[in-house]
Amino acid sequence: MKLSRFNIVSLTLGFAFLYLPILVLVIYSFNASKLVTVWAGFSTRWYVKLFHDEAFLQAALVTLKVALASASIATVLGTMAAWVLVHISRFPGRTLFSGMIFAPLVIPDVILGLSLLLLFIAMNVDRGVTTIIIAHATFSMCYVAVVVSSRLITFDRALEEAALDLGATPFQAFSLVTLPVIAPAVVSGWLLSFTLSLDDLVIASFVSGPAATTLPMRVFSQIRLGVSPEINALSTILITLVTIGVITTSIFSKRSALARTDETGG
Amino acid sequence: MDTAKAQASASGETAALPPWQDPAAEPLIRLENVTKRFGDFTAIADLSLDIHEGEFFALLGPSGCGKTTLMRMIAGFETPSAGRILLGGEDLVPIPPNRRPVNMMFQSYALFPHLTVADNIAFGLRRAGLPKAEIADRVAEMLRLVQLEKFAHRRPHEISGGQRQRVALARALARRPRILLLDEPLAALDRKLRAATQFELVDIQERLGTTFIIVTHDQEEAMTMATRIAVMDHGRLVQVGTPEEIYEQPNSRYVADFIGEVNLIEGVVTSAERGRLTIEWAEGAAPILTRSDVDAPVGTRVTFAIRPEKIAVSAERPEGLVNAWQGRIEDIGYLGNLSTYHITGPAGMRFKVQSPNRRRIARREFSWEDRVWFAFDETAGLVLTR
Repeated sequence: MKLSRFNIVSLTLGFAFLYLPILVLVIYSFNASKLVTVWAGFSTRWYVKLFHDEAFLQAALVTLKVALASASIATVLGTMAAWVLVHISRFPGRTLFSGMIFAPLVIPDVILGLSLLLLFIAMNVDRGVTTIIIAHATFSMCYVAVVVSSRLITFDRALEEAALDLGATPFQAFSLVTLPVIAPAVVSGWLLSFTLSLDDLVIASFVSGPAATTLPMRVFSQIRLGVSPEINALSTILITLVTIGVITTSIFSKRSALARTDETGG
Repeated sequence: MDTAKAQASASGETAALPPWQDPAAEPLIRLENVTKRFGDFTAIADLSLDIHEGEFFALLGPSGCGKTTLMRMIAGFETPSAGRILLGGEDLVPIPPNRRPVNMMFQSYALFPHLTVADNIAFGLRRAGLPKAEIADRVAEMLRLVQLEKFAHRRPHEISGGQRQRVALARALARRPRILLLDEPLAALDRKLRAATQFELVDIQERLGTTFIIVTHDQEEAMTMATRIAVMDHGRLVQVGTPEEIYEQPNSRYVADFIGEVNLIEGVVTSAERGRLTIEWAEGAAPILTRSDVDAPVGTRVTFAIRPEKIAVSAERPEGLVNAWQGRIEDIGYLGNLSTYHITGPAGMRFKVQSPNRRRIARREFSWEDRVWFAFDETAGLVLTR
């Protein structure tokens, strides 16, 4: 179908609606003026200032730590859950379990955050970086389970059987055959968890302690005192990171789709 | 057949007796009253079977007859609900698949997509913990066996379907299993390649002397390759025998109908003496006269089975053939080398008759609507009682 004038207009409007705010933010992050709404020429001074702000750097470090750790934990747990759900067709409570693994996807963040907070208080756990990592791993493992199980459904079970037949132990069959074949899906699950963790404000606010402030939390508390150009710069960096994450994820899932057509004999 | 004979004579025992007829021969694998149930469904029902060293054994049957389940039990992917599977006298059932001296070639080939051809073949050898040099030697030997030396470093998706099939074969053979299981090994190949591969498989089997058990629904495939065939239906063995026995002496309507083409004629025995039966099959038509050692006293309802190629067609009543009727040609199926005639005989009964095309088509003897005689002698057919 050719692009008609109508199509062009609707496309432009749609993209403008989505990306104009972001574009404005990115442009103003290079503003030389201290006033956010007045353009006073190009400058990278806010980026320089940002990198000398101890509090921001500290928060960035916490966020990165949390994202790396929680994404890794979520990937392991999510992959394991997906494998069991897809491969073991009958065990007591399977339906309940498979419904429950997806529940956190639709539970509001506020409720998830609150319930985790109550759990940590009940268990008398000191709140800090660790609790944020646990909380993030909790909700992102569901996303990993979804991504990995959709890949496992099309995975030819005979590959695992062939590995067993050729003398591999069940663990070797998984690590030498299944895992390499589904690796693209696992990696994209990891990247998705990483991005989700980077993004999260609500759950982190609930479960964090005094020493652990993540970047989104820091930004949010700064904003309440007024928008500073520094925040614009920080947001631009975050947007760049998330964009890279999303693009890499989609490349990996595309590659995994290609691998699937190979496997079925393309 | 030839392999079996060769082995029997090589072992120096009772001349040319194939092992399955030799009561003293120990089977390589013995299934003892094996039953497999999935919930309420019985996939294999109390099945017993002996397979001998060096055989090329075919499990033949329509889909859902339990042949794949049987194979998967030998490989270890399914556990029998009852019964024993003995390999050289040792019960296989408690042994997990990765520790059985049995390898399987999967229908989908199940090649590891992330490994090269050589690494696929080496996979099983590495798991066995063989020294590196030996692994390299065996991989090279396997690649030579299936003529894929040039493709050692390709990935499975970079080679053709026929080549993938050979990689799967090489991979399964690399560990030198005592039994190789082949699950519909040729199903994914096109017709011409399939015919060539059949002979190649037989050739490889004879060279290695490994016992092959093949699962197939294709009777032609089983006939050309196997030393013995087990015909299965609904989880039971209907008949076990050499291809010749299965084709020429089917023990039931099911086997006769499943293997090749056949005319099945229902009738009643009207006289039975000294191995000669007379079967009345249609009002007013001459009865069938046949030799048979089947125990069928007068009055028994029987089925008379005759293969299309054992019936002769002619314009005049043929001399010397005791069974002869007149009929009209309804249809001619031209197959190039053969023609199949559909002839309506007495009582509207349809007969399939096959004869070689000795003349070129323009000079064909018979045409549609021709009235012809079709006839066979008294040893051409078979009397079946079940």
